[in-house]
Amino acid sequence: MTNYVKYPLKAKPNSVQQSLKVVTAMPRKPIELPQIEYMSILDEDAVVDKALEPKIAEEELKNIYRYMLLARRTDERMLMMQRQGRLGTFPQSSGHEAISMGSCIHLKKSDWHVPAYRELAGLLYRGWSIDSTLLYWNGFEEGARPPEGVNDLPVCVPIASQLLHAAGIGMGMNLRGEKGVVMTYFGDGASSEGDTHEAMNFAAVYQAPVVFMCLNNQYAISVPLSKQMRNATLAQRAIAYGMPGIRVDGNDVLAVYVAAKEAVERARAGEGPTLIEGLTYRFTPHTTADDPKRYRSEEECNLWTKREPLNRFKKYLLNKGVYTEAQLTALEEELDAEIKAAIARTEAAAVSEELSNPLAMFDYLYADMPPYLNEQREELKSHLEKQKAKAGKSPQHASGTAR
Amino acid sequence: MALMNMAKSINLALFEAMERDERVIVMGEDVGPDEGVFRITEGLFHKFGEKRVLDTPLAESGIVGTAIGMAMYGMKPVCEIQFSGFDYYSFHQLECHASRFRNRTRGRLSVPMVMRAPYGGGIRALEHHSESREAIYAHTPGLKVVIPSGPRNARALLHSAIQDPDPVIYYEPKAIYRLFKEEVPEKMETLPIGQSNIVKEGKDLTIISYGASLRAALEAVELLEEEDGVKAELIDLLTIAPLDATLIVESIKKTGRAVIVHEGPRTCGLGAEVVARVNEAAFLYLEAPIRRVTGFDTPIPYFSKERFYLPDAERVVAACRETLSF
Repeated sequence: MTNYVKYPLKAKPNSVQQSLKVVTAMPRKPIELPQIEYMSILDEDAVVDKALEPKIAEEELKNIYRYMLLARRTDERMLMMQRQGRLGTFPQSSGHEAISMGSCIHLKKSDWHVPAYRELAGLLYRGWSIDSTLLYWNGFEEGARPPEGVNDLPVCVPIASQLLHAAGIGMGMNLRGEKGVVMTYFGDGASSEGDTHEAMNFAAVYQAPVVFMCLNNQYAISVPLSKQMRNATLAQRAIAYGMPGIRVDGNDVLAVYVAAKEAVERARAGEGPTLIEGLTYRFTPHTTADDPKRYRSEEECNLWTKREPLNRFKKYLLNKGVYTEAQLTALEEELDAEIKAAIARTEAAAVSEELSNPLAMFDYLYADMPPYLNEQREELKSHLEKQKAKAGKSPQHASGTAR
Repeated sequence: MALMNMAKSINLALFEAMERDERVIVMGEDVGPDEGVFRITEGLFHKFGEKRVLDTPLAESGIVGTAIGMAMYGMKPVCEIQFSGFDYYSFHQLECHASRFRNRTRGRLSVPMVMRAPYGGGIRALEHHSESREAIYAHTPGLKVVIPSGPRNARALLHSAIQDPDPVIYYEPKAIYRLFKEEVPEKMETLPIGQSNIVKEGKDLTIISYGASLRAALEAVELLEEEDGVKAELIDLLTIAPLDATLIVESIKKTGRAVIVHEGPRTCGLGAEVVARVNEAAFLYLEAPIRRVTGFDTPIPYFSKERFYLPDAERVVAACRETLSF
């Protein structure tokens, strides 16, 4: 006889699982499923729904706006730099600030922030320097090193792959009995990847404290939402996984704030993951190498650009008396100066001895460098020295620095 | 004859293949109205429509997995993975299925499909957009792997890949998509898979390369001739799996010395396989150890340092001189 061990299921069955029990006893009837809500609090004309308006302390409102604005201004400066050849190809984050800041504002430093690549506002808020962003998108691994004091993963380029890491971190918290929340981000295109399904299913099965924030900006490079999926919302996929899901106006930072707050509270209370779909629009190209004129109309883009998140939030703050026009101008000047200083610092750092040294490619691959790798390091080192000596004799062969 | 770059000649091959065989379809991310991020599918959607040019959801495993299904159903899918850095998502489908169906079903089923992907460094691309992992595919039994090095052979090889009865990985060295133009004949041509090519004849030393690295090797051949009076023979592999070492062996029997150049990492790279083949077939002809000029055994550095990683003519020349003076 085998002694079967009964799996000690602590999680309560959810409503879908409960309703399935009933279904087995019935011949044929609709299964009751949770409803998916849509929430919008601050519309594009900055009209606020008083009943839904969250009570946010003035300092917090200012913090949210500050990092949304800092991200926008940085993004705009980066575009100029890219066009001048001072930066590599990069994906713009403009238009995605509300989803990023409305959600990560609820995180403690000890919580985990697992970004994709359009969450510049959140990264800056979490303590990543402007410098690190500039370095990263200029081809320096050093820009991917997370700052001390927060639990952040770096930007993740392979689509959707970060979601499994987020699920794993959340599972780890549960296994160790530690409290914490993981906030992770992905796009509508990413929702088609198998990794997304696997991450949500794992997180749900293990009731991991993960908030899946979807930046549904309606385009995966050129492929529109209609070619990505046939479901009416992304949020409704939450039902399939057995987790709460909601669609919010992703250009409305207040709606994102409320939905994310509820999700974070549930996660902290041990009630598992949530899927939040923020409906927004990528009014910029996918990356600086993309040309959206090939696949969408200017009318459509203009319509959605008017709905972008920063301007309506600015009006809201002005209407509420959080800021005066003069204070906002001063804030813009302050942030622009910060950006300017970061650019100057980074461009100097890029040609410094430390950051332009190619031998660093060997130094961080393993904790202990294997002998064969050390030999390759020596091989490149001696090649560079020979090059340098040769350059000394004939300057036209100068090997130059990083750029 | 028409003068064109490699991006255009691959596009031409797709166009020709779709025109002559209605079973050929193109699928991938952004291959439709956007015409591919490198514009390789330019004009195809316009000409052949959405039933033959499929903009798929963003899912590499989905693209390759459904292509396998279509291939077994009697079609000839040519799928594009946007960058080779993301074809690991679909590797499972290739390794477990595309490469095995013929063998598992004792020849009853087969998977005549092509997976195209731009690969390699040199274009200042984002992280995960510059890898050279062709060896992984060459190491996978049941797959064929071809890598063109210029406009003319790119078009011919793609035709051969599409006509092949088995799955073919067609890796496109993206650094040379638009680097140079070449005369491409009016008439459609193929190039047998498994056949390498002598780019330049010589007697003193054999240089073996493929893909974008062939440019560095070619430059090295010229430098060696100018500065050292050395006549190097240059071989372009073109097919890395199944690797036919006949030309290499014949060449080394003549020269006694060899250097292999590729940008993929050194360990278990194509260079290692070439050395083994030469050891097996021409050991007693060797005058010096075969040297490898390759990418290092690190991830390709992010673009501020990639040029230190990619083999250049200077590194090739240095290795050749060491081999010659051994």
